[in-house]
Amino acid sequence: MKLPVNLSVNGQAYEEEAEPRTLLVHFLRERLGLTGTHVGCVVGECGACSVMVDGALVKSCLMLAVQAHGCEVTTVEGLAQRGKLHPIQEAFVHNFAMQCGFCTPGFLMASHALLERTPNPTEEQIRQDLSSNLCMCTGYVQIVEAVKEAASRLGEWRKTHT
Amino acid sequence: MYPAAFEYFAPGTVDEVLELLARHGEDAKILAGGQSLIPMMKLRIASPRFLIDVNRIASLTGLRQEGDRLVMGALCRHAEVGRSGLVRLRLPLMADAASQTADVQVRNRGTVGGSLAHADPAGDWPAALLALDTTVTIAGRDGLRTVPLSEFIVDAYTTQLGPIEMVTEISVQLPKAPSGGAYVKFEKRAGDFAVASVGVQVELAEGGQCRSIAISLGALGAMPTRARAAEALLLGRAASPELLTEAGQLVQAEAQPFADTRGSVEYKRHLAGIIFRRAFAAAVDRALGREVETLHV
Ligand SMILES: Cc1cc2nc3c(=O)[nH]c(=O)nc-3n(C[C@H](O)[C@H](O)[C@H](O)COP(=O)(O)OP(=O)(O)OC[C@H]3O[C@@H](n4cnc5c(N)ncnc54)[C@H](O)[C@@H]3O)c2cc1C
Ligand code: FES
Ligand code: FES
Repeated sequence: MKLPVNLSVNGQAYEEEAEPRTLLVHFLRERLGLTGTHVGCVVGECGACSVMVDGALVKSCLMLAVQAHGCEVTTVEGLAQRGKLHPIQEAFVHNFAMQCGFCTPGFLMASHALLERTPNPTEEQIRQDLSSNLCMCTGYVQIVEAVKEAASRLGEWRKTHT
Repeated sequence: MYPAAFEYFAPGTVDEVLELLARHGEDAKILAGGQSLIPMMKLRIASPRFLIDVNRIASLTGLRQEGDRLVMGALCRHAEVGRSGLVRLRLPLMADAASQTADVQVRNRGTVGGSLAHADPAGDWPAALLALDTTVTIAGRDGLRTVPLSEFIVDAYTTQLGPIEMVTEISVQLPKAPSGGAYVKFEKRAGDFAVASVGVQVELAEGGQCRSIAISLGALGAMPTRARAAEALLLGRAASPELLTEAGQLVQAEAQPFADTRGSVEYKRHLAGIIFRRAFAAAVDRALGREVETLHV
């Protein structure tokens, strides 16, 4: 039996329904067509499926869609505004912080969550925090550099956007 | 990978949970943070036919001070414990455990109640909280009962929870000053379960002797245990390098690890002695008012 899933994703309201066993990540991708959120391991190990639910970073493969009923969700599609990349995305591009790009949506969301809480993280903090996400390609160095650059870009960006 | 189909309930009160458990018995499971249960359901290690999501029960949330105790609702998330000013100030051992459990995303969802109920032999809350005076409050059809954590977990992945019972609260005594604690966890890779972990909570007398001491061991047996012989050796004495070496040997002897992909029995025993000494040093430093950051090893 399907149950209602009324939620807001990237500021847009949806009134949908889902079978209880549908994972949030599959709901976002298949029901709402938001395929930016990737499915990697599906058992909570890789972080590719990371999204924000009510302001907290979560792995959307470890949550049921019905649990997001009434919640505010932000996915990687919610970062860019009016066709302009978010400063964190710009920093990832500028630092070549991706190769195949499979892990990138998860890293962008994890970096976003980190920089919201800790606007000026040390390298140690970045490495500790992002240890939740796996990347098979880059060796992480460029990702760490990108997050450092994103922190300074965001400082500027916040002055004009808030 | 989908879980097997189930019927989903999201009750608003503990009484409704108990009613649902009574109605559906062994076929029902409680869903808290879902960070252990959902992976198990996807791997079909667990296939409950009825899933009772307790996340909408407001009375199970939050943490607060009640007299000389810290009281956490069963739904208190790992991250919430780590952020609490009271925890950081009075129970640094718990702040250590909170920040070393899993990763950011799992800490935002996973709950203290779920960790204790799951009773993973390598779980961080079961091991860390055993070094403190911790009790678990259980709701059942005859009302509430409270048991010490040392009696709550009875074996690997096994607690004394009955089929129509759930954890509602976890309560921890706030230690009297001058005291300090530390939880040191050795992980093979960041965010993984412990290869071995040790919690130490000490209260110091004027002359630096241990007025009270508790040493808990995690991932060093089927369930977390206290290193009683090492505690007895240190009680009432001021630690010297010789005494700590001897205590470390007792900790190693009391550890009962099993060999798995994280290491051999000898390796884990060896680690137990070393991280015990690190945890003890950090606990004593904190008892003396020195700031010690969580050790990530
Ligand atoms: C990638 C990853 C890494 C992890 N690393 C670690 C780690 O390093 N250390 C660690 O300790 N844990 C780790 N975990 C597990 C995590 O801490 C879980 O949050 C925890 O084990 C279970 O808590 P939960 O709230 O998610 O419970 P759930 O998964 O919802 O439930 C677990 C079990 O407890 C039962 N249960 C839950 N709440 C109650 C209640 N109130 N009353 C009665 N029964 C209840 C459920 O029915 C189920 O059987 C990791 C998990 C993942 C996915
Ligand atoms: S797909 Fe969710 S953590 Fe890997
Ligand atoms: S860029 Fe390929 S997995 Fe990270």
